[in-house]
Amino acid sequence: MQLRLERRLNQPRWLTVAVPAASLVVAFVIAGIVLLVTGHNPVDTYRKLFDAGFIQQGALTQTLVTTTPLIFTGLAAAAAFRMRLFNIGAEGQLYLGATTAAAAGLYLGGPGSTSPLVIAAMVVAGIAGGAAWALIPGVLRAFFRTNEIITSLMLNYVAGYLITYLIFESESYWRETSGFNATVFPTSKPLPANAVWPSWTLDIQGGVVVPLGLLLGLATAVGLWFLYGRTRFGFEVQVLSDSERAARYGGVRVRRKILAVMAISGGIAGIGGASQVGDVAHGLDGDPNGLQKLGYGYTGIVVAALARYNPLATCLVAFLIGGLENAGNTLQGADFPAGLVGVIQGIILFCALGGEVLVRYRLRVVREAKEPKPTAAPEAA
Amino acid sequence: MLFVAGVNHSLIVVVIASGVAYGTPLLYASLGELLAERSGVLNLGVEGMMLVGAVMGFWCVQRFHTTSSVSLAAAIAVAAIAGAVMASIHAFLVITLRASQIVSGLALTIFAGSVGLSSYLGNDLNLADQPAAHAFGPVFPASVRSWPVVGPIVFGQDILVYISWGLVVVLIWYLNRTRLGLNVRAVGESPAAADAMGIDVAAYRYAHTIAGGAFAGVAGATFTLAITPQWVNGITGGAGWIAIALVIFAFWRPELCLVGAYFFGALQALAPELQARQINLGPTALWTNSLPYIATVVVLVLISVGNTRRRLGAPAALGIAYTREER
Repeated sequence: MQLRLERRLNQPRWLTVAVPAASLVVAFVIAGIVLLVTGHNPVDTYRKLFDAGFIQQGALTQTLVTTTPLIFTGLAAAAAFRMRLFNIGAEGQLYLGATTAAAAGLYLGGPGSTSPLVIAAMVVAGIAGGAAWALIPGVLRAFFRTNEIITSLMLNYVAGYLITYLIFESESYWRETSGFNATVFPTSKPLPANAVWPSWTLDIQGGVVVPLGLLLGLATAVGLWFLYGRTRFGFEVQVLSDSERAARYGGVRVRRKILAVMAISGGIAGIGGASQVGDVAHGLDGDPNGLQKLGYGYTGIVVAALARYNPLATCLVAFLIGGLENAGNTLQGADFPAGLVGVIQGIILFCALGGEVLVRYRLRVVREAKEPKPTAAPEAA
Repeated sequence: MLFVAGVNHSLIVVVIASGVAYGTPLLYASLGELLAERSGVLNLGVEGMMLVGAVMGFWCVQRFHTTSSVSLAAAIAVAAIAGAVMASIHAFLVITLRASQIVSGLALTIFAGSVGLSSYLGNDLNLADQPAAHAFGPVFPASVRSWPVVGPIVFGQDILVYISWGLVVVLIWYLNRTRLGLNVRAVGESPAAADAMGIDVAAYRYAHTIAGGAFAGVAGATFTLAITPQWVNGITGGAGWIAIALVIFAFWRPELCLVGAYFFGALQALAPELQARQINLGPTALWTNSLPYIATVVVLVLISVGNTRRRLGAPAALGIAYTREER
């Protein structure tokens, strides 16, 4: 008996939903085994995890806070990976977006109630910052064919050092330089009142706070879905990802596409950075143990892969993974070691990858026909 | 004598000497990646494999109380096994299941990396904030190490450095002079032709991917047992990615990996040394810390300008799954 993979001639639609869902289940089973081996009770741990992520008082509010950046970084990864352009620099592009958005907010903002104009300026600045940072690996890839995976990743470290430098090691525009607190510990300059992003409270679970960033994220997802699913641009990207030669022959300008897709990807991550400033930190969070510890950019890759690079599915997956991340952050302690959530995410990703094979191939059990025994019998007869 | 001490404490000698130390994990990791890539498997999970090797090697030293040398040897073995186990996940996904090598490698880094398994193990086994029970130290006596220039650079290193030099020689011989090594290259260049010759493509790819993981595990342990003998979450700080870039700089040749590793090691050594000497050149903390990463980008660009892949020596089948039926 032997297992064989055979290419499917047509891919049933239900598989594209069933496989990621099954990946989640299998991942939790495998992670449960890891928990058992390291001496934890998996059922207990999982109950706590879901409680902290989705059920207990205030859990959903907190989960939406982690969901928001994951929608942006997930969409950033999905936008690029769809063209087989592996931009893994969403992390750094988010930092840069946060930096430029904070600058815009600090410069244009003032006292008073929420100003849509200032917020719009922050979003635009965030897009510009993220896109500019993404265009560095983009230009290098388009003109010199430099591997974008490594260059975009290297720039994440540089961006991290940059924001730490702006707040901790210099007297930059982003740093608070007056007041008592500023002399004790380096902090960022707080956003003026009208640059702080608004939020709305839904009347479920004792009040769930929906930040503006979440709505922007959902809108971005719809926009990206339209761009990739319904326009010539999206079609050309699809052709390019399937076969660069075919695309060139069909008149697609490959360099321009690389630049455009990198800019879109980085711009989306940049809005995520703007949302971090406007919704969460209300200033530039340069602390190496703050924003940089959360690793939203890398988790976005998990989100995008599990959503099979579909922008709308990305939002749903971002919510699930956001809940997981949030639970991991809340529960962190002796009986809930940090890193467990990353382990689960990694296993989910492995399962989704392995499951992808089942979408593309059919697994067949081949019973080998019994070969005639090579005996010398006929000759003897 | 005073002159000798002066030379050995000059910035350049100190930076080169610690550049060799900092470059050693890069060398191990890039040699491992080179083996995997020469067989046609791109493994972007080096950072994750290094971190798991680092944490498991450190755990071994802390938990098993024997003589220093036995304990350290066991730790290196444990680190190698840990790295190999991580690599075997990648190998299964990309060789047997033909998953995308790029996404699988990224998944491995997320699974094993600084927010994943290595962090989990470090916390669960309570390894943080304690000095290593044993650490690798210089091999040669102090009198030899104080020789001018060559003392600190050549004779001031630990045994892992000298083993890595041996490894470079062994790999050059293996890839160029042995039947197995030539088969590996055939598998990486043209798996179909290799298959027709009767070489088991999958077996070769499995073996070299897993061996590459073992090297990465040892590279990680170099951090926790030699460079900074303690466990800190995410201690490798992107060294795994620099190692992947190094394989490209080195045109897939072991001897050039050595040169590149020490170059990047020296760049990494520069930042703490300048800060210690209070030499301030502009925003020092910013550019010295970013230097290895920026240099990686710059060198990568220089290499990709005006060169074809073939001339650079990239294995032709790198990153492509092989299936007999689908040619």
